[in-house]
Amino acid sequence: MPTTGARPDATIAATGVRRSFGDVVAVDGLGLDVPAGSVTVLLGPNGAGKTTVVRLVTGALAPDAGEIRVFGIEPAGPGGAEVRRRCGVVPARPALYDRLSGHDNLRYAGELFDVPDDVLPQRIAEAAARFDIAHALDQRVGGYSTGMRARLALARAVLHEPDLLLLDEPTAGLDPESARAVLGLIDELAEQGKAVVMCTHLLLEAEGLADQVIVLDHGRTLVSGTPDELTKRFWAATRVVLEADDPTVLDGAASLPFVRGYERNGAATVELADEHAIPELVDALVAAGARLRRVEPQTPTLEQLYFAIRRSETIVREPAYRRAPHSAEVP
Amino acid sequence: MSAVTLDRQRRTRSRSWTIARTDLRQLRQARDFWLPLAIISSLFFVVIPGLLLLLITHVHDVKLAKQLGDIVGSLPKSLRTHIHGQKGPAEASYALAVNLFAPLAIVVPLTVSSAVGANTIIGERERGSGEFLAHSPATEREIYLGKLLAALIPGYLTAFAGFAIYSVIVNLTVGPRVGGWFFPTSNWWVLMLWVLPPFVALALCLILAISARVSSAAAAQQASALVTLPLIVVAYSVASGSLFEAKTLGFAIGALAWLLALTALWRASRALSRERLLGMGG
Repeated sequence: MPTTGARPDATIAATGVRRSFGDVVAVDGLGLDVPAGSVTVLLGPNGAGKTTVVRLVTGALAPDAGEIRVFGIEPAGPGGAEVRRRCGVVPARPALYDRLSGHDNLRYAGELFDVPDDVLPQRIAEAAARFDIAHALDQRVGGYSTGMRARLALARAVLHEPDLLLLDEPTAGLDPESARAVLGLIDELAEQGKAVVMCTHLLLEAEGLADQVIVLDHGRTLVSGTPDELTKRFWAATRVVLEADDPTVLDGAASLPFVRGYERNGAATVELADEHAIPELVDALVAAGARLRRVEPQTPTLEQLYFAIRRSETIVREPAYRRAPHSAEVP
Repeated sequence: MSAVTLDRQRRTRSRSWTIARTDLRQLRQARDFWLPLAIISSLFFVVIPGLLLLLITHVHDVKLAKQLGDIVGSLPKSLRTHIHGQKGPAEASYALAVNLFAPLAIVVPLTVSSAVGANTIIGERERGSGEFLAHSPATEREIYLGKLLAALIPGYLTAFAGFAIYSVIVNLTVGPRVGGWFFPTSNWWVLMLWVLPPFVALALCLILAISARVSSAAAAQQASALVTLPLIVVAYSVASGSLFEAKTLGFAIGALAWLLALTALWRASRALSRERLLGMGG
């Protein structure tokens, strides 16, 4: 039984996980609670510890301190093989065998991950077709382009139908179509009840996917929660984008008492204390003679949110483990 | 034995063999790697013995023939009884065929296996594919056994293919002078089937342990050369000795080598860890 205090059916449950390499602390006090059927995005700059987290989850590395359980099993313990058999990993570098053909790379993975012989050819064909690599399966991987290599690595990671998919910068080197296919795959796997953990520093690709966002920096969890929770926490003001036939009329908004900020660069962006002030803003502008064409409350992008978090002076280090990441407390 | 244990053993065999087979497939694709090794093997098993034996069996110079006979005369008594009745070049070529090339039967496969073995684990790290293995369900022991097999098989194949070809050459060149096909002798069978396998395995265990620890393939090659050189010297002596002396000595040497090889196999399997496959850990 998990002893982390996480929900018993959590795919990943970790608390206070620490891992260092010599004097360098790669992960410090990490807490994770990843339920099945969810997408968790680990955000952070290079060197934040995202890759180390993936390695700790599969048991490729053992933690120095803390506890981590995947499917209720310690991945670095004696049952680790079962954990890894149920995980699919797309490393930051594709980790392929250049001298082998694409087909042989996939077959190797299928055999190592216990895909039955009778279904393996079918699985290889499906995975290759899904990632548009079927035409190159007989070629040596050494001759593949960066994008083809990334697609083959993705095909290899899902070949054995893992219950947990770990993606480390999955769209790096991919063309836009392939990147979209990856994001589609993540959505689909989550719908099938599988858990997905994606590491990225490209905020755009995490947009709209994440059920849970964990921002890492220097191996520490800066903050975690659902995008909505983080928005409420770090994006306190309501922003409204306005457009009018005569934009100069909108400048009058700057002097309204409930407006906290105003900026016009083409469209005008008005910052309000809360969303209840929007009708008052509209009334005031109409009264001033504005013919409004657009009134759009703005939801922050993950990128805006990320930088708001990084800038925030209110950041306090997250507790190592929070029982319910989907109901984060707002400090 | 329980069903669970049997299933675990079956999986270990299966995954180790999968790893070994994939490594061998890669090796087959790497012509720039195996071609020099194949040339060296051909030189030592075929070209040089063939030429020397041909030359010696066709010497017509009486003085030289006597000198060659003297060389044979300096060989142990047990050997002289073997070639009693043969004279000059025939005696010399018989001795050369049966004894002087014997060490190559160990040295050449040792060279081939160590070249493959030195690269096998560090190669995974350098190519980045170690990350794939580190995240795979294969245990460290399964990976280690797979790598060991992948390095042993080319060595053993070289040894037995070379041995077969060498036997044919010896019999064709020397046989007619000594009354027919005579090779392999019983001592050679002991050498090839009992003494050679553990020697190659012993060397490989040490080389794989090195390959798991060093930081580059070049360092692995250098370090493995340091390990194999003394072993080659020992192998040279052992191969010569086991043929010059009675079969019982060959059996005894082989038994000792097996003991050392099995101990090394057990201990060296701990050298491989997932961290090392990822390029971490000393």
